Amino acid sequence: MADSATTTVTDLERLAAEAADNVRAANPHGDDGERYTAVNAEKNRSLYASRVKIYPKLVGGTFRRLKWVIMALTLTIYYVTPWLRWDRGAGLPDQAVLLDFPSRRFYFFFLEIWPQEFYYITGLLILASLTLFLVTSLAGRVWCGYTCPQTVWTDLFIHVERFFEGDRSARIRLDRSPWSAGKLARKAAKHLVWILIALATGGAWVFYFADAPTLAVDLARFEAPPIAYISIAIFASTTYLLGGLAREQVCIYMCPWPRIQGAMFDEESLLVSYKEDRGESRGAHKKGASWEGRGDCIDCGQCVAVCPMGIDIRDGMQLECIQCALCIDACDAIMDRVERPRGLIAYDTLRNQERRQAGEPQRLNLLRPRTLVYMAALAIVGLIMLVALINRSTLELSVLHDRNPLFVTLADGSIRNGYELKIVNKEHAERVFRIDVEGLEGAVLSRPALAGEEGSTVVVGVDTLRMARFFVILPAERLDRLRDGEGMLTFVATDLATGQKVERESSFRGPVK
Amino acid sequence: MSDSPKNEIDDVTGVETTGHEWDGIRELDNPMPKWWLYTFYACIIWSFAYWIVMPAWPYLSTEGWTYTKGVIGYDQREVVARELGAVAEGRADEMQQIATLALEDTAADPTLMEVSLAAGKAAFGDNCAPCHGSGAQGSWGFPNLNDDVWLWGGTLGDIHYTLTHGIRWEADDNTRQNVMMAYGRDGVLTRREIADVAEFVLALSGRADDAEAATRGAEIFGEQCVTCHGADGQGNRELGAPNLTDAVWLYGGERASIIESVSNGRSGVMPAWGGRLDAGTINALTLYVHSLGGGE
Ligand code: SF4
Ligand code: SF4
Repeated sequence: MADSATTTVTDLERLAAEAADNVRAANPHGDDGERYTAVNAEKNRSLYASRVKIYPKLVGGTFRRLKWVIMALTLTIYYVTPWLRWDRGAGLPDQAVLLDFPSRRFYFFFLEIWPQEFYYITGLLILASLTLFLVTSLAGRVWCGYTCPQTVWTDLFIHVERFFEGDRSARIRLDRSPWSAGKLARKAAKHLVWILIALATGGAWVFYFADAPTLAVDLARFEAPPIAYISIAIFASTTYLLGGLAREQVCIYMCPWPRIQGAMFDEESLLVSYKEDRGESRGAHKKGASWEGRGDCIDCGQCVAVCPMGIDIRDGMQLECIQCALCIDACDAIMDRVERPRGLIAYDTLRNQERRQAGEPQRLNLLRPRTLVYMAALAIVGLIMLVALINRSTLELSVLHDRNPLFVTLADGSIRNGYELKIVNKEHAERVFRIDVEGLEGAVLSRPALAGEEGSTVVVGVDTLRMARFFVILPAERLDRLRDGEGMLTFVATDLATGQKVERESSFRGPVK
Repeated sequence: MSDSPKNEIDDVTGVETTGHEWDGIRELDNPMPKWWLYTFYACIIWSFAYWIVMPAWPYLSTEGWTYTKGVIGYDQREVVARELGAVAEGRADEMQQIATLALEDTAADPTLMEVSLAAGKAAFGDNCAPCHGSGAQGSWGFPNLNDDVWLWGGTLGDIHYTLTHGIRWEADDNTRQNVMMAYGRDGVLTRREIADVAEFVLALSGRADDAEAATRGAEIFGEQCVTCHGADGQGNRELGAPNLTDAVWLYGGERASIIESVSNGRSGVMPAWGGRLDAGTINALTLYVHSLGGGE
């Protein structure tokens, strides 16, 4: 289509005829002279009226190709990720990405997150939202237009629809035609494929929460846990509902992001826009006619026909526009045909519109306070995350001092305190630790009888938390070390193999004399 | 509706108003989003279904307040009972082993030991905590089970016996039994003599003020107390006689408390748990008490 050399007058005439046809077919608001109706344009969309179905037309071009690639990429990531393997050693899952709720671990390739390290997830979410803010202030709703699951799945569902029911005009005609076996078959086939995609979507989701190959077999044998089937059912039905049926309604009415993102872009943000200064005044164009005294927009309505949101980009910036850039492709193809320069609809900034009108040179202002602040925040959070990750200790010790009783007087008058030590070994190897107490003169470490372990060594298994009870006894003649019945001491756990140490302070309580 | 608005159209937004006016304030009649409405309707339908299926409405019947039970008969008490049953069932194997194995063998098995300590702790909270305290720290007249002082012995076997047969528990023929006489009340010793004995007892832990009285007390101690408490006051576990030289006093170690103990005697009671608790639970309790820190 972009091949302008083959453009003929009949091509344009056919387009015009098709457009007129579409108006009769699809315009429920009465013919007001527009050849293509943007059903969701503000002037056409009464809040009281029922939804008017949109029939996005297929378009070819740079952005359509980009969207194909991104769709393939995001879908591949989604479906393939749970099947990637990552060797963590014996006794640990070898799934690269696994949200293991029963054993309370999140695995992301080399990263393993324990519940108490959930702040890594918080950090990742902050990074993600800051990136979103930055991208939005630079180039608008890139997220909405290209990568949002709602967009990707809706796009996929529309392609399925197109496959069975044909392109825009064919679909309009089909919907207006009376029910027949052929129509039923097409519709049924479409919904069947939609349901299959929806099931596959829900099906892939559960693999993130359990060992994928095992779960796949269990699912097929109907032996998987009920929650797996319930999750698949919920995700499948929401996918079908949101991607197949609700589509643009989700973006316009349900999603909060369109309302929020307005706060992120400004007059220097690159947004998909119609260059009014160049396009107006619009009007039909005959091949060979002069372009003098008129705008480049030939009012062919192609930008409206391809829009999945059912709006007219020529009405200016609208909340409904997800910035998918398909109207750019549509218009570029037309500009090629009428042999005018591309970019009547393009990524443009409000300031540049003004600059052009004032006869000033256009320029891009990517580094402005807003984007700099976002970049700085990104850098800072990223740095903090990096430092936290590098310093992530694979060994943790926590000490819980017994409170009930706070202390015990022994036969010889010495005072005993009990402690619950928790040693976290995040390494994928068993480790043996020696426990010592320091800082309280005369304090003697001991363990309950029948503890099963000798002396003060504690063996902590692969990637586990080990609890061990210890007693500290302060002889009667050392009780003067306590101030107001309290003294401080430090527990030290030493890895017998590597010598790595970890310390934790705690208190020692005795009677107040 | 949008074609023939019944009500006034707001100038600023172009949206129809509800037609009401409160102090000059009019409300825009923006419609609800369809998806929202449908969700709302679905919730209403759901709640009707819920009333029928689940327990829902309270009402007054001839037997007092009750409620609609719902057709599937869901009852959270039953769910809890079922879950508790499932836990007990899951542990049944271990509890069976704990009940039959020798205590030492149970202690040597980490899994069984873990179950024992958990079961013992729970049983302790239910049965023992009222007297011994939730942390087994004891109180006046009720021994602290954390320390290394035992009237009747702190080995697994000793603890198990005490738990099973109790102390001065008349219903059990094998209960642990001894008598600390009321030397004052029964007129065996005079007040003066009791004060002297108390002085000697204080002297055992180096706290006597009056050496002369202590010497006199030693003589009386030699006549009256040695049989149980031993010549040097170290006590006798066979007889459940406390060690009078250590730092731990069940009824207080100051002069007044000692005089009170000698004058009126002491005879604390612990129930026999054999027959009341099953063998597994008693074994688990034994291991738990032993693990508190004083186990021998
Ligand atoms: S107006 Fe253009 S960019 Fe916006 S949603 Fe429609 S086709 Fe996409
Ligand atoms: S903006 Fe481009 S695609 Fe849209 S009507 Fe004008 S010429 Fe056609």
